[in-house]
Amino acid sequence: MAHDHHDHDHGQAPPSDIALRVKALESLLVDKGLVDPAALDAIVDHFEHKVGPRNGARVVAKSWVDPDFRARLLADATAAVADLGYTGAQGEHMRAVENTSTIHNLVVCTLCSCYPWPVLGLPPVWYKSNAYRARTVIDPRGVLAEFGTVLPDEVAIRVWDSTAELRYLVIPERPVGTEELDEAALAALVTRDGMIGTARL
Amino acid sequence: MGGMHGLGPVAPEADEPVFHEGWEKRVLALVIASPTRGNIDAGRHQRESIPGPAYLGMTYYERWFAALRAMLVKGGFVTEGELESGLARGPKATPRLSAEAVPASLARQGSYLRDGTSAFRTGDRVRARNLHPTGHTRLPRYARGRAGVVEACHGAHVFPDSHAHGGGEDPRPLYTVRFAARELWGPQAPARDSVCLDLWEPYLEPA
Repeated sequence: MAHDHHDHDHGQAPPSDIALRVKALESLLVDKGLVDPAALDAIVDHFEHKVGPRNGARVVAKSWVDPDFRARLLADATAAVADLGYTGAQGEHMRAVENTSTIHNLVVCTLCSCYPWPVLGLPPVWYKSNAYRARTVIDPRGVLAEFGTVLPDEVAIRVWDSTAELRYLVIPERPVGTEELDEAALAALVTRDGMIGTARL
Repeated sequence: MGGMHGLGPVAPEADEPVFHEGWEKRVLALVIASPTRGNIDAGRHQRESIPGPAYLGMTYYERWFAALRAMLVKGGFVTEGELESGLARGPKATPRLSAEAVPASLARQGSYLRDGTSAFRTGDRVRARNLHPTGHTRLPRYARGRAGVVEACHGAHVFPDSHAHGGGEDPRPLYTVRFAARELWGPQAPARDSVCLDLWEPYLEPA
Protein backbone atom coordinates (compact mmCIF):
# COMPACT_ATOMS: atom_id res chain seq x y z
CA MET A 1 0.00 0.00 0.00
CA ALA A 2 1.37 3.33 -1.01
CA HIS A 3 -0.14 5.05 2.03
CA ASP A 4 1.05 2.72 4.77
CA HIS A 5 3.07 5.51 6.33
CA HIS A 6 -0.19 7.27 7.29
CA ASP A 7 -0.12 6.03 10.81
CA HIS A 8 -1.06 8.49 13.52
CA ASP A 9 -1.53 5.97 16.30
CA HIS A 10 2.05 5.90 17.55
CA GLY A 11 3.74 8.42 19.78
CA GLN A 12 6.12 9.72 17.12
CA ALA A 13 3.77 9.89 14.16
CA PRO A 14 5.51 11.11 11.02
CA PRO A 15 4.18 14.34 9.47
CA SER A 16 0.99 13.71 7.53
CA ASP A 17 0.91 13.83 3.75
CA ILE A 18 -0.97 17.14 3.76
CA ALA A 19 1.50 18.66 6.25
CA LEU A 20 4.38 17.75 3.95
CA ARG A 21 2.59 19.08 0.88
CA VAL A 22 1.82 22.39 2.61
CA LYS A 23 5.43 22.67 3.72
CA ALA A 24 6.59 22.01 0.17
CA LEU A 25 4.32 24.70 -1.24
CA GLU A 26 5.46 27.22 1.37
CA SER A 27 9.11 26.49 0.55
CA LEU A 28 8.44 26.88 -3.15
CA LEU A 29 6.65 30.20 -2.71
CA VAL A 30 9.39 31.50 -0.42
CA ASP A 31 12.07 30.40 -2.90
CA LYS A 32 10.21 32.21 -5.68
CA GLY A 33 9.98 35.35 -3.56
CA LEU A 34 6.19 35.25 -3.64
CA VAL A 35 5.68 35.15 0.14
CA ASP A 36 7.71 36.30 3.12
CA PRO A 37 7.81 33.62 5.84
CA ALA A 38 7.88 36.33 8.52
CA ALA A 39 4.63 37.71 7.09
CA LEU A 40 3.11 34.23 7.39
CA ASP A 41 4.15 34.11 11.05
CA ALA A 42 2.59 37.56 11.62
CA ILE A 43 -0.68 36.46 10.01
CA VAL A 44 -0.87 33.34 12.19
CA ASP A 45 -0.12 35.44 15.28
CA HIS A 46 -2.93 37.83 14.36
CA PHE A 47 -5.53 35.07 14.18
CA GLU A 48 -4.25 33.18 17.22
CA HIS A 49 -3.80 36.17 19.50
CA LYS A 50 -5.23 39.45 18.16
CA VAL A 51 -8.77 38.60 17.09
CA GLY A 52 -11.28 36.31 18.69
CA PRO A 53 -14.67 36.23 20.37
CA ARG A 54 -13.52 38.56 23.13
CA ASN A 55 -13.75 41.39 20.60
CA GLY A 56 -17.39 40.62 19.91
CA ALA A 57 -18.02 40.14 23.63
CA ARG A 58 -16.85 43.69 24.21
CA VAL A 59 -19.28 44.93 21.54
CA VAL A 60 -22.16 43.03 23.13
CA ALA A 61 -21.37 44.12 26.69
CA LYS A 62 -21.19 47.75 25.58
CA SER A 63 -24.55 47.39 23.84
CA TRP A 64 -26.03 46.21 27.16
CA VAL A 65 -24.85 49.20 29.19
CA ASP A 66 -24.80 52.02 26.65
CA PRO A 67 -28.17 52.67 24.94
CA ASP A 68 -26.67 55.18 22.50
CA PHE A 69 -24.08 52.65 21.40
CA ARG A 70 -26.77 49.97 21.07
CA ALA A 71 -28.83 52.24 18.84
CA ARG A 72 -25.80 52.95 16.65
CA LEU A 73 -24.87 49.28 16.57
CA LEU A 74 -28.31 48.29 15.34
CA ALA A 75 -28.44 51.14 12.80
CA ASP A 76 -24.86 50.85 11.44
CA ALA A 77 -22.90 48.00 12.96
CA THR A 78 -19.93 48.52 10.63
CA ALA A 79 -19.33 52.01 12.02
CA ALA A 80 -20.15 51.08 15.61
CA VAL A 81 -17.69 48.17 15.78
CA ALA A 82 -15.08 50.21 13.88
CA ASP A 83 -15.33 52.78 16.68
CA LEU A 84 -14.14 50.03 19.04
CA GLY A 85 -11.22 49.30 16.70
CA TYR A 86 -12.57 46.20 14.96
CA THR A 87 -12.09 46.45 11.21
CA GLY A 88 -10.71 44.37 8.38
CA ALA A 89 -11.38 41.48 6.04
CA GLN A 90 -14.63 39.58 6.63
CA GLY A 91 -15.95 42.57 8.55
CA GLU A 92 -16.36 45.04 5.70
CA HIS A 93 -20.14 45.27 6.15
CA MET A 94 -21.45 44.34 9.58
CA ARG A 95 -24.99 43.90 10.80
CA ALA A 96 -26.00 43.29 14.41
CA VAL A 97 -29.25 41.42 15.08
CA GLU A 98 -30.74 41.40 18.58
CA ASN A 99 -32.36 38.52 20.39
CA THR A 100 -35.53 39.32 22.32
CA SER A 101 -37.94 37.27 24.40
CA THR A 102 -39.80 36.37 21.19
CA ILE A 103 -37.06 36.35 18.50
CA HIS A 104 -33.91 34.24 18.37
CA ASN A 105 -31.29 34.87 15.68
CA LEU A 106 -28.96 32.22 14.26
CA VAL A 107 -26.16 32.78 11.73
CA VAL A 108 -24.91 30.40 9.05
CA CYS A 109 -23.20 30.49 5.67
CA THR A 110 -24.64 27.71 3.52
CA LEU A 111 -22.49 28.58 0.48
CA CYS A 112 -19.07 28.64 2.14
CA SER A 113 -18.08 29.69 5.64
CA CYS A 114 -18.61 33.47 5.90
CA TYR A 115 -18.01 34.67 9.44
CA PRO A 116 -17.22 38.07 11.04
CA TRP A 117 -13.47 37.68 11.59
CA PRO A 118 -12.74 41.08 13.20
CA VAL A 119 -15.24 40.50 16.03
CA LEU A 120 -15.27 36.70 16.38
CA GLY A 121 -11.93 35.54 14.91
CA LEU A 122 -11.82 32.42 12.76
CA PRO A 123 -14.89 30.16 12.75
CA PRO A 124 -14.94 26.88 14.67
CA VAL A 125 -14.76 23.65 12.69
CA TRP A 126 -18.45 22.87 13.25
CA TYR A 127 -19.49 26.21 11.73
CA LYS A 128 -17.63 25.23 8.52
CA SER A 129 -18.93 21.65 8.57
CA ASN A 130 -21.15 20.20 5.87
CA ALA A 131 -23.76 19.32 8.53
CA TYR A 132 -24.09 22.83 9.98
CA ARG A 133 -24.14 24.46 6.53
CA ALA A 134 -26.79 22.05 5.27
CA ARG A 135 -29.10 21.78 8.25
CA THR A 136 -29.23 25.19 9.92
CA VAL A 137 -31.60 26.65 7.33
CA ILE A 138 -33.97 23.66 7.15
CA ASP A 139 -33.84 22.43 10.75
CA PRO A 140 -32.59 25.22 13.01
CA ARG A 141 -34.33 23.79 16.07
CA GLY A 142 -32.70 20.40 15.54
CA VAL A 143 -29.28 22.04 15.17
CA LEU A 144 -29.82 24.15 18.28
CA ALA A 145 -30.78 21.03 20.24
CA GLU A 146 -27.37 19.54 19.37
CA PHE A 147 -25.88 22.53 21.20
CA GLY A 148 -28.20 21.93 24.14
CA THR A 149 -30.29 24.95 23.19
CA VAL A 150 -34.02 24.29 23.23
CA LEU A 151 -36.34 27.19 22.44
CA PRO A 152 -40.07 27.37 23.18
CA ASP A 153 -42.28 27.12 20.09
CA GLU A 154 -43.48 30.70 20.59
CA VAL A 155 -39.97 32.04 20.03
CA ALA A 156 -39.50 32.78 16.32
CA ILE A 157 -36.16 31.71 14.88
CA ARG A 158 -34.57 34.00 12.32
CA VAL A 159 -31.77 32.33 10.42
CA TRP A 160 -29.34 34.63 8.61
CA ASP A 161 -27.62 32.93 5.67
CA SER A 162 -24.54 35.08 4.95
CA THR A 163 -24.73 34.94 1.16
CA ALA A 164 -23.11 38.34 0.42
CA GLU A 165 -20.40 40.40 2.14
CA LEU A 166 -22.60 41.32 5.11
CA ARG A 167 -21.43 39.65 8.29
CA TYR A 168 -23.86 39.04 11.13
CA LEU A 169 -23.33 39.37 14.88
CA VAL A 170 -26.06 38.18 17.23
CA ILE A 171 -26.64 40.42 20.24
CA PRO A 172 -27.84 38.02 22.95
CA GLU A 173 -30.22 39.11 25.66
CA ARG A 174 -28.51 40.36 28.78
CA PRO A 175 -28.76 37.61 31.40
CA VAL A 176 -31.08 38.38 34.30
CA GLY A 177 -29.44 39.17 37.60
CA THR A 178 -26.48 41.01 36.08
CA GLU A 179 -27.55 44.55 36.95
CA GLU A 180 -24.63 45.00 39.34
CA LEU A 181 -21.93 43.90 36.87
CA ASP A 182 -19.72 46.38 35.03
CA GLU A 183 -18.94 46.22 31.32
CA ALA A 184 -15.83 44.07 31.70
CA ALA A 185 -17.61 41.56 33.92
CA LEU A 186 -20.51 41.45 31.47
CA ALA A 187 -18.16 40.84 28.54
CA ALA A 188 -16.84 37.76 30.37
CA LEU A 189 -20.36 36.30 30.24
CA VAL A 190 -20.66 36.59 26.44
CA THR A 191 -19.77 33.42 24.56
CA ARG A 192 -18.84 32.88 20.93
CA ASP A 193 -21.80 30.55 20.46
CA GLY A 194 -24.07 33.21 21.95
CA MET A 195 -22.93 35.61 19.23
CA ILE A 196 -23.48 33.02 16.47
CA GLY A 197 -26.84 32.13 17.97
CA THR A 198 -26.28 28.47 18.76
CA ALA A 199 -26.46 29.24 22.49
CA ARG A 200 -28.42 31.53 24.75
CA LEU A 201 -26.63 33.18 27.64
CA MET B 1 -25.66 22.75 0.40
CA GLY B 2 -28.41 24.47 2.40
CA GLY B 3 -31.27 22.02 3.03
CA MET B 4 -29.39 18.81 2.16
CA HIS B 5 -30.12 15.80 4.35
CA GLY B 6 -27.80 12.97 5.28
CA LEU B 7 -24.74 14.96 6.34
CA GLY B 8 -24.89 13.87 9.97
CA PRO B 9 -25.11 15.74 13.25
CA VAL B 10 -23.27 18.94 14.07
CA ALA B 11 -20.40 18.14 16.39
CA PRO B 12 -19.53 21.10 18.65
CA GLU B 13 -16.11 20.79 20.30
CA ALA B 14 -15.55 22.18 23.79
CA ASP B 15 -12.63 24.61 24.09
CA GLU B 16 -11.79 24.28 20.43
CA PRO B 17 -8.34 25.64 19.51
CA VAL B 18 -8.04 28.26 16.75
CA PHE B 19 -6.15 25.66 14.67
CA HIS B 20 -5.99 21.90 15.11
CA GLU B 21 -2.86 21.26 13.02
CA GLY B 22 0.23 23.31 12.35
CA TRP B 23 -0.24 23.02 8.59
CA GLU B 24 -3.69 24.65 8.84
CA LYS B 25 -2.03 27.81 10.16
CA ARG B 26 0.33 27.88 7.21
CA VAL B 27 -2.49 27.34 4.68
CA LEU B 28 -4.49 30.24 6.08
CA ALA B 29 -1.42 32.47 6.10
CA LEU B 30 -0.36 31.41 2.58
CA VAL B 31 -3.81 32.21 1.20
CA ILE B 32 -3.75 35.65 2.80
CA ALA B 33 -0.16 36.47 1.80
CA SER B 34 -0.35 34.93 -1.67
CA PRO B 35 -0.29 37.13 -4.79
CA THR B 36 -3.51 35.35 -5.82
CA ARG B 37 -5.40 37.19 -3.07
CA GLY B 38 -7.61 40.12 -3.96
CA ASN B 39 -10.67 38.67 -5.63
CA ILE B 40 -12.72 36.87 -2.98
CA ASP B 41 -15.28 35.72 -5.54
CA ALA B 42 -12.67 34.04 -7.72
CA GLY B 43 -11.31 32.29 -4.63
CA ARG B 44 -14.76 31.03 -3.68
CA HIS B 45 -15.39 29.85 -7.21
CA GLN B 46 -12.10 27.97 -7.21
CA ARG B 47 -13.07 26.14 -4.01
CA GLU B 48 -16.52 25.37 -5.43
CA SER B 49 -14.87 23.92 -8.50
CA ILE B 50 -13.54 21.00 -6.46
CA PRO B 51 -15.64 18.03 -7.67
CA GLY B 52 -18.55 17.36 -5.31
CA PRO B 53 -17.60 13.92 -3.99
CA ALA B 54 -14.07 15.10 -3.18
CA TYR B 55 -15.33 18.43 -1.80
CA LEU B 56 -17.64 16.76 0.70
CA GLY B 57 -14.81 14.60 2.00
CA MET B 58 -12.30 17.42 2.47
CA THR B 59 -11.78 19.62 5.50
CA TYR B 60 -12.03 23.38 5.21
CA TYR B 61 -8.27 23.94 5.02
CA GLU B 62 -7.80 21.06 2.59
CA ARG B 63 -10.20 22.90 0.25
CA TRP B 64 -8.30 26.13 0.76
CA PHE B 65 -5.02 24.38 -0.02
CA ALA B 66 -6.31 22.73 -3.18
CA ALA B 67 -7.80 26.01 -4.42
CA LEU B 68 -4.63 27.96 -3.62
CA ARG B 69 -2.49 25.58 -5.69
CA ALA B 70 -4.89 25.83 -8.60
CA MET B 71 -5.01 29.62 -8.46
CA LEU B 72 -1.24 29.93 -8.28
CA VAL B 73 -0.99 27.98 -11.52
CA LYS B 74 -3.92 29.76 -13.15
CA GLY B 75 -2.44 33.14 -12.22
CA GLY B 76 0.91 32.21 -13.73
CA PHE B 77 2.76 32.50 -10.41
CA VAL B 78 4.00 28.91 -10.40
CA THR B 79 3.96 26.10 -12.94
CA GLU B 80 2.63 22.58 -12.55
CA GLY B 81 6.23 21.44 -12.90
CA GLU B 82 7.31 23.59 -9.97
CA LEU B 83 4.45 22.24 -7.85
CA GLU B 84 5.47 18.71 -8.81
CA SER B 85 9.19 19.09 -8.20
CA GLY B 86 9.12 21.72 -5.45
CA LEU B 87 11.99 23.43 -7.28
CA ALA B 88 11.68 27.13 -8.12
CA ARG B 89 12.57 28.28 -11.62
CA GLY B 90 12.86 31.74 -13.13
CA PRO B 91 13.66 35.08 -11.52
CA LYS B 92 12.91 35.67 -7.84
CA ALA B 93 10.04 38.06 -7.08
CA THR B 94 9.60 40.39 -4.12
CA PRO B 95 6.83 39.36 -1.69
CA ARG B 96 3.77 41.57 -1.98
CA LEU B 97 3.13 41.47 1.77
CA SER B 98 5.95 42.12 4.24
CA ALA B 99 5.75 41.14 7.91
CA GLU B 100 5.68 44.83 8.86
CA ALA B 101 2.68 45.44 6.61
CA VAL B 102 0.61 42.58 8.00
CA PRO B 103 -1.19 44.38 10.89
CA ALA B 104 -2.29 47.29 8.68
CA SER B 105 -3.25 44.95 5.86
CA LEU B 106 -5.44 42.82 8.11
CA ALA B 107 -7.12 45.88 9.68
CA ARG B 108 -7.73 47.68 6.36
CA GLN B 109 -11.43 48.32 6.03
CA GLY B 110 -12.41 47.51 2.46
CA SER B 111 -15.88 47.95 1.03
CA TYR B 112 -17.94 46.17 -1.60
CA LEU B 113 -20.39 49.09 -1.82
CA ARG B 114 -20.52 50.88 -5.19
CA ASP B 115 -22.79 53.40 -6.91
CA GLY B 116 -26.11 52.16 -8.20
CA THR B 117 -29.89 52.57 -8.04
CA SER B 118 -32.13 49.97 -6.42
CA ALA B 119 -35.39 48.91 -8.08
CA PHE B 120 -36.95 47.35 -4.98
CA ARG B 121 -37.83 48.96 -1.66
CA THR B 122 -38.07 47.63 1.87
CA GLY B 123 -41.37 45.77 2.21
CA ASP B 124 -41.60 44.79 -1.46
CA ARG B 125 -42.56 41.20 -2.20
CA VAL B 126 -40.02 39.55 -4.46
CA ARG B 127 -39.37 36.11 -5.84
CA ALA B 128 -35.95 34.54 -6.30
CA ARG B 129 -35.65 33.67 -9.96
CA ASN B 130 -35.37 30.06 -11.01
CA LEU B 131 -31.78 30.41 -12.19
CA HIS B 132 -29.27 27.60 -12.54
CA PRO B 133 -25.99 29.09 -13.75
CA THR B 134 -23.10 26.68 -14.22
CA GLY B 135 -20.57 29.18 -12.85
CA HIS B 136 -20.32 31.00 -9.56
CA THR B 137 -23.45 32.42 -7.96
CA ARG B 138 -24.55 33.41 -4.48
CA LEU B 139 -28.19 32.47 -4.97
CA PRO B 140 -28.59 29.27 -2.94
CA ARG B 141 -30.50 26.46 -4.63
CA TYR B 142 -33.00 26.21 -1.76
CA ALA B 143 -34.27 29.78 -2.34
CA ARG B 144 -34.75 29.55 -6.12
CA GLY B 145 -38.36 30.09 -7.12
CA ARG B 146 -39.36 31.10 -3.58
CA ALA B 147 -41.08 34.36 -2.61
CA GLY B 148 -40.10 36.64 0.24
CA VAL B 149 -40.10 40.23 1.45
CA VAL B 150 -37.33 42.79 1.08
CA GLU B 151 -36.13 43.36 4.62
CA ALA B 152 -33.27 45.79 3.87
CA CYS B 153 -31.67 47.57 0.90
CA HIS B 154 -27.89 47.84 0.92
CA GLY B 155 -27.10 49.85 -2.23
CA ALA B 156 -25.12 48.34 -5.07
CA HIS B 157 -22.42 45.79 -4.24
CA VAL B 158 -19.81 44.02 -6.35
CA PHE B 159 -21.67 41.24 -8.19
CA PRO B 160 -20.01 37.86 -7.56
CA ASP B 161 -21.50 36.17 -10.63
CA SER B 162 -19.48 38.58 -12.77
CA HIS B 163 -16.51 39.27 -10.53
CA ALA B 164 -15.67 35.59 -9.98
CA HIS B 165 -15.22 35.06 -13.72
CA GLY B 166 -13.11 38.05 -14.68
CA GLY B 167 -16.13 40.04 -15.79
CA GLY B 168 -15.35 43.00 -13.57
CA GLU B 169 -17.24 44.22 -10.54
CA ASP B 170 -20.52 44.92 -12.39
CA PRO B 171 -22.14 46.35 -9.20
CA ARG B 172 -25.77 45.40 -8.65
CA PRO B 173 -28.22 46.39 -5.88
CA LEU B 174 -28.10 44.07 -2.88
CA TYR B 175 -31.04 43.28 -0.59
CA THR B 176 -31.72 41.25 2.50
CA VAL B 177 -34.80 39.16 1.69
CA ARG B 178 -36.76 37.33 4.38
CA PHE B 179 -38.40 34.02 3.42
CA ALA B 180 -40.91 32.29 5.68
CA ALA B 181 -39.61 28.86 6.68
CA ARG B 182 -42.86 27.38 5.34
CA GLU B 183 -42.30 28.99 1.94
CA LEU B 184 -38.90 27.32 1.74
CA TRP B 185 -39.55 23.97 3.41
CA GLY B 186 -43.28 23.37 3.34
CA PRO B 187 -46.04 23.14 5.92
CA GLN B 188 -44.07 21.09 8.43
CA ALA B 189 -41.83 24.08 9.18
CA PRO B 190 -42.71 26.21 12.23
CA ALA B 191 -45.04 29.06 11.27
CA ARG B 192 -43.02 31.83 12.87
CA ASP B 193 -39.55 30.84 11.67
CA SER B 194 -37.84 32.52 8.74
CA VAL B 195 -34.57 32.60 6.82
CA CYS B 196 -32.98 35.82 5.56
CA LEU B 197 -30.61 35.84 2.59
CA ASP B 198 -28.60 38.63 1.02
CA LEU B 199 -29.49 38.61 -2.67
CA TRP B 200 -28.49 40.74 -5.64
CA GLU B 201 -31.13 42.32 -7.86
CA PRO B 202 -30.51 40.06 -10.89
CA TYR B 203 -31.55 37.12 -8.69
CA LEU B 204 -34.95 38.71 -8.01
CA GLU B 205 -38.22 39.55 -9.73
CA PRO B 206 -41.37 41.23 -8.39
CA ALA B 207 -43.78 38.77 -6.74
